[in-house]
Amino acid sequence: MTEKNDAASRIREKALWMRRRAFRMVHEAQLGHPGGDFSAIDIIATLYFGVMHFDPARPDMAERDRFIMSKGHATGALYTALCAAGYYTEDWLSTYMQPQSKLNGHPNRNYLPGVETNTGPLGHGMPVATGIAISGQLSRSTHRTFVLTGDGELQEGSNWEAAMLAGSRRLNRLTLIVDRNRLQQGMGTEETNGLDPLDDKFRAFGWDAVMVDGHDVDALLAVLAGDPAGRSKPLCVIANTVKGKGVSYMENKAAWHHGVPNAEQFEIAMEELV
Amino acid sequence: MAAAAEKRTGFHDCRDAWATTIEALAAENPKIVAVVNDSVGSSKLGGFQKKFPERLVNVGIAEQNMVGVGAGLANGGHIPFVSAASCFLTGRALEQVKADIAYARFNVKLVGQSSGIAYGELGPTHHSIEDLAWLRPLDAITVITPADAWETAEAVKWAASHEGPVYLRLSRMPVPDLDIANRQFRAGKAETVRDGSDLSIIACGTTVHLAAAAADLLAKRGVSPRVLNMATLNPLDGEAVAGAAALGAIVTVEEANIHGGLGGAIAEFTAEHAPVPVKRMGFPGFVPTGSAEWLFDHYGLNAEGIAATALKALELKRR
Repeated sequence: MTEKNDAASRIREKALWMRRRAFRMVHEAQLGHPGGDFSAIDIIATLYFGVMHFDPARPDMAERDRFIMSKGHATGALYTALCAAGYYTEDWLSTYMQPQSKLNGHPNRNYLPGVETNTGPLGHGMPVATGIAISGQLSRSTHRTFVLTGDGELQEGSNWEAAMLAGSRRLNRLTLIVDRNRLQQGMGTEETNGLDPLDDKFRAFGWDAVMVDGHDVDALLAVLAGDPAGRSKPLCVIANTVKGKGVSYMENKAAWHHGVPNAEQFEIAMEELV
Repeated sequence: MAAAAEKRTGFHDCRDAWATTIEALAAENPKIVAVVNDSVGSSKLGGFQKKFPERLVNVGIAEQNMVGVGAGLANGGHIPFVSAASCFLTGRALEQVKADIAYARFNVKLVGQSSGIAYGELGPTHHSIEDLAWLRPLDAITVITPADAWETAEAVKWAASHEGPVYLRLSRMPVPDLDIANRQFRAGKAETVRDGSDLSIIACGTTVHLAAAAADLLAKRGVSPRVLNMATLNPLDGEAVAGAAALGAIVTVEEANIHGGLGGAIAEFTAEHAPVPVKRMGFPGFVPTGSAEWLFDHYGLNAEGIAATALKALELKRR
């Protein structure tokens, strides 16, 4: 019990650091996607600091668990996670969005350790994750593959091509987490191109599907840390989240998809994120 | 479709060389897998499937997923050969080719089957004549159009051992083996098919043997063209193109749209480095439905047609 609480506390600590540091990155660069960073951070922190098996000293280790950031624009979340995980030092974060930086607006695996594939155009992560999981199936490997998509992102058809195949092939070591913040660039997902009932859709494609509070670390740990060996299907975790979670003026506001804070807004956020 | 032509002695459907080679490679290297979009038959991978059933990953009719899955397999340490009709492989999945293969630089070998107007009677939706133009700007991808069965086998072997993305543009139109002594496949290097001094004919794929035949016709008229097999489009063998330009005029020939493929590459290079008249032979855009053989003749892609264009190019040289 104490161990589990310690794990959850540690994850919450990391998530807080990630929020503060990611927002500072976006403020300094005057570019970024902070709304989507903040809805994803608790999920990503749980994966990196409570679930995944990896070694930053050996980024190409064959048996590593893979994390695919399919919503590739949320680099504030990804880059701070990789930093906190030990893939590179904090000074790298100050180069965010600078010319020829290793930390550009969307991740690049060729010069940033810890990045598994170059995402950015939505809908690419699931096919790649499916391929990794199939590779693992063929190699009889025990590594797990996690892919995080946005919910608006699921309007892209390529996701469903992958979902269909993953269900057909019973890729039980593949886990999709949907950052279900119910907003996309312009407005709400359901007003634009409705996704509900999302869990039913994935079950129809041959997946197990569960819903969870995407900001409840204990709940996330419980559902993500479970051993996939007992499953016969890929798992879809629909994480109900709040875009901009943690900063009062950002929460649930579509405008903060790629909004950037001025000095005053930044200070308010730093006061709130404690 | 091409049944009558297949019976011509010495003419081969290069897919057989592809199939034999990939099966042999897979037998030696367990990392090699094939990824298809319900294209087992048209990719001639039935034998592969029988021998290595687990290693044939069939994603069904879903090209974007097929290419993404290829990238994922490479991430996992496999060497995927993603084989599908090139019109759908490059068209439907172009963004995946751009982002997941070229930009991410995954070690994936894209194999475009039945390229060009192989599916002649089925019409432009099934013609793959834009693929060279679409892929050429993606310079991370080595683009190879083999000219005959031997070169197809060599290119497949080279692709398997090369670290980096490759696009093998294979055809199903039967072609004879090129009559060149002491051949050695060198990716990125043009192959001299006929030496000559009056002008140059640069061809790729199914048109190379036709260019050679055109050169033989021209020789009887006292005209001596150099014929180059420009199998690799990316990276372009600039030295060979410069040498070809030095002869004063160039004719390019390809089973492709003349905008942006081999002809485009040669025109760009010469305009910048060695300006000479360049006449591009191929297809001007969407072509009518008709057999591959009929289409080739209709656009002058035969020995006589290429020879006639070469003479026109010579006229431009003399002005």
